[in-house]
Amino acid sequence: MKRRSAIAVLAAGFLAGCKKVQESAPMKRLFAANDGFHEGLHNVLGRRTALAREYPASMIDHNFRGNGSRTVDTPEYRAQLAAGFPDWTLEVGGLVDTPLSLTLDNIRRLPQRTQITRHDCVEGWSAIGEWQGPQLSVLLEAAGLNPAARFIVFRCADTLSGRRYYESIDLVDAMHPQTIVAHRLNGEDLPEKNGAPLRMRIERQLGYKHAKYLTGIEAVASLDDIEGGKGGYWEDRSGYQWYAGI
Amino acid sequence: MKRHSAVTRIWHWINLACVVILFMSGLNIANAHNRLYWGSSGFEEGTEWLAYSDFPDWALIPGSYNLAAARDWHLLMAWPFAFGLLAFLVLSLVNRHAQRDLTTRPREWRWSNIREDIVQHLKLNFEHGDAKYNFLQKVTYGVVVFVILPLLIVTGLMMSPAMSASLEVFLHLLGGRQSARSIHFICAFALLGFLVLHVALVILAGPIGQIRDMITGGRLEAER
Repeated sequence: MKRRSAIAVLAAGFLAGCKKVQESAPMKRLFAANDGFHEGLHNVLGRRTALAREYPASMIDHNFRGNGSRTVDTPEYRAQLAAGFPDWTLEVGGLVDTPLSLTLDNIRRLPQRTQITRHDCVEGWSAIGEWQGPQLSVLLEAAGLNPAARFIVFRCADTLSGRRYYESIDLVDAMHPQTIVAHRLNGEDLPEKNGAPLRMRIERQLGYKHAKYLTGIEAVASLDDIEGGKGGYWEDRSGYQWYAGI
Repeated sequence: MKRHSAVTRIWHWINLACVVILFMSGLNIANAHNRLYWGSSGFEEGTEWLAYSDFPDWALIPGSYNLAAARDWHLLMAWPFAFGLLAFLVLSLVNRHAQRDLTTRPREWRWSNIREDIVQHLKLNFEHGDAKYNFLQKVTYGVVVFVILPLLIVTGLMMSPAMSASLEVFLHLLGGRQSARSIHFICAFALLGFLVLHVALVILAGPIGQIRDMITGGRLEAER
């Protein structure tokens, strides 16, 4: 009996120790730096050029899972959804020469990329879908990216627990050929639960990067002054890793 | 001659620390989605091969569900775990620990030898003359260091969307991302099974002497 309680005390001490270490400033810095170590390794192993695998049509999941925000909870969104988003605009701005304001029709008329890719959620599940839309690089080139720009921020219409969703990526992923502004999934307009009418596809990062209900694309030099300063909704709220390639 | 080389001892304890933290933070991550699938994709209820209930808080790092913090721990400890194993394997080839102690000879696979080994284990007789490890130990340690630990690393890497884009051949060999996740899970529990058996046998064989030798190196019986 004594031995068992000694083990319980040891185990509790170990867990308390982990918690203490986890919350210390040096450990927080180490965890943050580790994010960069993984990104560095991925860059060395070919992230700048590697393409995510594209699958045959036979492997498509027809009921593609919706996760996180599954709608935008406003009357304006409901009205737009019912009418087919006639007034939805995507603003491309920030550190660009020519800010753009694009309707869905404008976006549909740009050169399109169609890709059947695997979506990997941070929770562990995966789903395969066919996405269609213009490459982000096409929009950024049309707007003329300023040399000071280092990150691309995605602004969204949805809120979770009262906070506006947003995300950001670096220019390696922004200019990647498979990074697209998708308006179609599996041959149909984007469903409500998957981010209608527009969402990002950033195929070599986890699902929380793929901002849904997209309203704006903003080129910035730093993420420090945007929302909570950590580059994304989940990063700000729960400490998720900003680099989500792992 | 030492019973355990410095390389083996240092790696043994670093690896233990890594495995404990990786396993407990891994259980926390596993709680984020309680189903396992085969193939490339999987999310729907009814298509899983295994559904499990949440692992309890006392088994988790940190001590309650926290996906972000658990991933911080898991992705940090993955470095010493992976590079520690790599260093151990390379140095064990150099100092011949791998060839001498972790691989079996054809004659050891005779049933009479295996049966004798099982009988001696059941009798709790752990003397095995001048050979460092008996047959069952060689096979078990060999499977752990050459199969289970490397598979944990490869399947872990292949759950990363960036890694699986760069090194897609491994994902293909494993049968897809959900298969990689399932194999990762199976190997983690196989390792837990090994740990329980290993600790039980250390206790039966005299824990103080065994642990002392794994710290100081000890001496081979023949030279005592």
